[in-house]
Amino acid sequence: MSLDISFIGILIGSIMASSVPLILAASGELITERSGVLNLGVEGMMIIGAISGFALMVITDNLFIAIVGSMFSGVIISLIFGFLTQSLLTNHVATGLALTIFGIGLSAMLGKNFVGIPGKEFPILFSSLRESIPFFGPILFGHSIVLYFAFALPFLTNYFLKKTKLGLVVRAVGDSPVSASNQGINVITVRYCCILYGGAMCGLAGAYLSLIYTPQWIENMTAGRGWIALALVVFATWSPIKVLIGALIFGGITILQLHMQAIGFRIPVQFLSALPYLMTIIVLVVISRDSRKIKLNTPTSLGRIFYKEK
Amino acid sequence: MYKNFFRYLISAIFLLGFSVNSNADFKVGFVYVGPTGDHGWTFQHHEGRNAVEAAGIKTTFVESVPEGADAERVIRQLAQSGHDLIFTTSFGYMDPTNKVAKDFPNVKFEHATGYKREHSNVSTYSARFYEGRTLLGHIAGKMTKTNTIGYIASFPIPEVIRGINAMTLAAQKVNPNIKTKIVWVFTWYDPGKEAEAAQALIDQGADVIMQHTDSTAPVQTAEKAGVWSFGQASDMQRFAPKSILTSIIDDWAPYYVERAIAARDGTWNQQDTWHGLKEGMVAMGPYNSAMGADLVKEVEQLQKDLASGKVHSFTGPIYDQKGNILVAEGKVADDGMLAGMSVYVKGVEGDIPK
Repeated sequence: MSLDISFIGILIGSIMASSVPLILAASGELITERSGVLNLGVEGMMIIGAISGFALMVITDNLFIAIVGSMFSGVIISLIFGFLTQSLLTNHVATGLALTIFGIGLSAMLGKNFVGIPGKEFPILFSSLRESIPFFGPILFGHSIVLYFAFALPFLTNYFLKKTKLGLVVRAVGDSPVSASNQGINVITVRYCCILYGGAMCGLAGAYLSLIYTPQWIENMTAGRGWIALALVVFATWSPIKVLIGALIFGGITILQLHMQAIGFRIPVQFLSALPYLMTIIVLVVISRDSRKIKLNTPTSLGRIFYKEK
Repeated sequence: MYKNFFRYLISAIFLLGFSVNSNADFKVGFVYVGPTGDHGWTFQHHEGRNAVEAAGIKTTFVESVPEGADAERVIRQLAQSGHDLIFTTSFGYMDPTNKVAKDFPNVKFEHATGYKREHSNVSTYSARFYEGRTLLGHIAGKMTKTNTIGYIASFPIPEVIRGINAMTLAAQKVNPNIKTKIVWVFTWYDPGKEAEAAQALIDQGADVIMQHTDSTAPVQTAEKAGVWSFGQASDMQRFAPKSILTSIIDDWAPYYVERAIAARDGTWNQQDTWHGLKEGMVAMGPYNSAMGADLVKEVEQLQKDLASGKVHSFTGPIYDQKGNILVAEGKVADDGMLAGMSVYVKGVEGDIPK
């Protein structure tokens, strides 16, 4: 068993890589939920992002177009959700579930011709530094641009929500749409924007899987990561930094338990498999005990339908 | 006179209906555990379904059906909607299949890789994948430099344990220092997790990766890391052209066509089918030239001997992990023992999850 310092560095690097889709999708969904909209379609938007990104990569042979296109496809599909819930006032939960089912089905249909095509190598940054610096090299360098973006995103989100006027508007809309509306804020427009932003991030999260993490298209390749991202948002009590911590713990324990099995630890394997879920919940519950803060962060009117009386 | 007329009319309708029912309306249903595009297990069953369709028989399929309560609902739905023969293609469909079979005695059921035939309308079928695993073990034992073989396992069922054992026995025969490291992922299909498991095994020193899961992610991870791998269920060579040494290929098509025609023509009867290399239900993908001509020749000979029955994957003496004898010297394991295999052989590390 090799447990030297450089190996731990490699391990941490792979843990970071595995948590990227969770961070992206959860950060996007967090903004959507802070505006008071509960979109359960994360899994569906991710899988649509995964197939659009991969298909565009195959067709245009351009990874930039593929990444941007995947975000755009996430926007398009979340627009359906936005139109149904905001303009036609349908139930958020039912519409979100339908969006997931729709996304999985549509992606399978669109993807029929893209099964079995090997993916393309995604460029990684600072790969020479990765090899030359022990321990910190594999942690800090040799990742794709999407990973760096994903790790900056929770901090940007935090800043946006707490320090900017627009962030205040989003929170106001999520807490009390009626008062926000009386203040002259167009609640529906704000919510539309937040839904579309969430869609873009989920699309990117899916594309990360199909273009970078396991570069290929296979049906249902998100395999439930959207649902984990949704749960993360709730257990992190709508705090972007805690979303990042939760995603890292989840990714970390998932990979650690695989290593523990490979090393041959005599711990029941079922327990090891359940460990990522258990630990993530326990840690997030422990670090968010402050009920005052929870109250502050929870969007009070989450999932409630808002309409302006005329 | 009218009375007679009606009698003829009714019998004519009945006959017409009957004849329509027995031919044109004959329908076969398939239940898949994964998506048809997985390029592994379900993909191969779907190829079998295409062959049935090509033989002029109507078919329907339901994909990505979770094992458990959902499965029973789907199977029941297929039985209710006029399917005459239903293939349920995953181990976890065993109890739901038998439960539904009880309520639909006129519908015929074929359950893959299971052993329960509680009603006369349930058949079981499986392939002797372990014969393929023996070949993989032989190759792995010869190809490994670190003497460590990494094995991504799905669920602790006899099917999977049999594969681990067959592979380990064959590898030990050519390389007594071999170690088998096993990672259980508790899923048949999750590309991300399978890739992570492969990476963990590679990081722990395995230079040959083997999988009993359905996606192509492990072979791609192996390709990236520059270690050897084997395709599972279908020929995965194009996903990892340098890394894949060969693939175990499941060929269900001849069996599906034969059983569908038998059911249509009324000659279907309950069976327990277990076919292998001999019948072609298990086939091998092309051997990678990186193995070297000598090893390819050796493996091809072993493949022939397994098919002819000259060599058996489980030939004694075989010991379990504690050193108790499982199969005596000069004997081979019988099918009953193979079907219920639930212990590791000597040389496999770790415990089987309970």
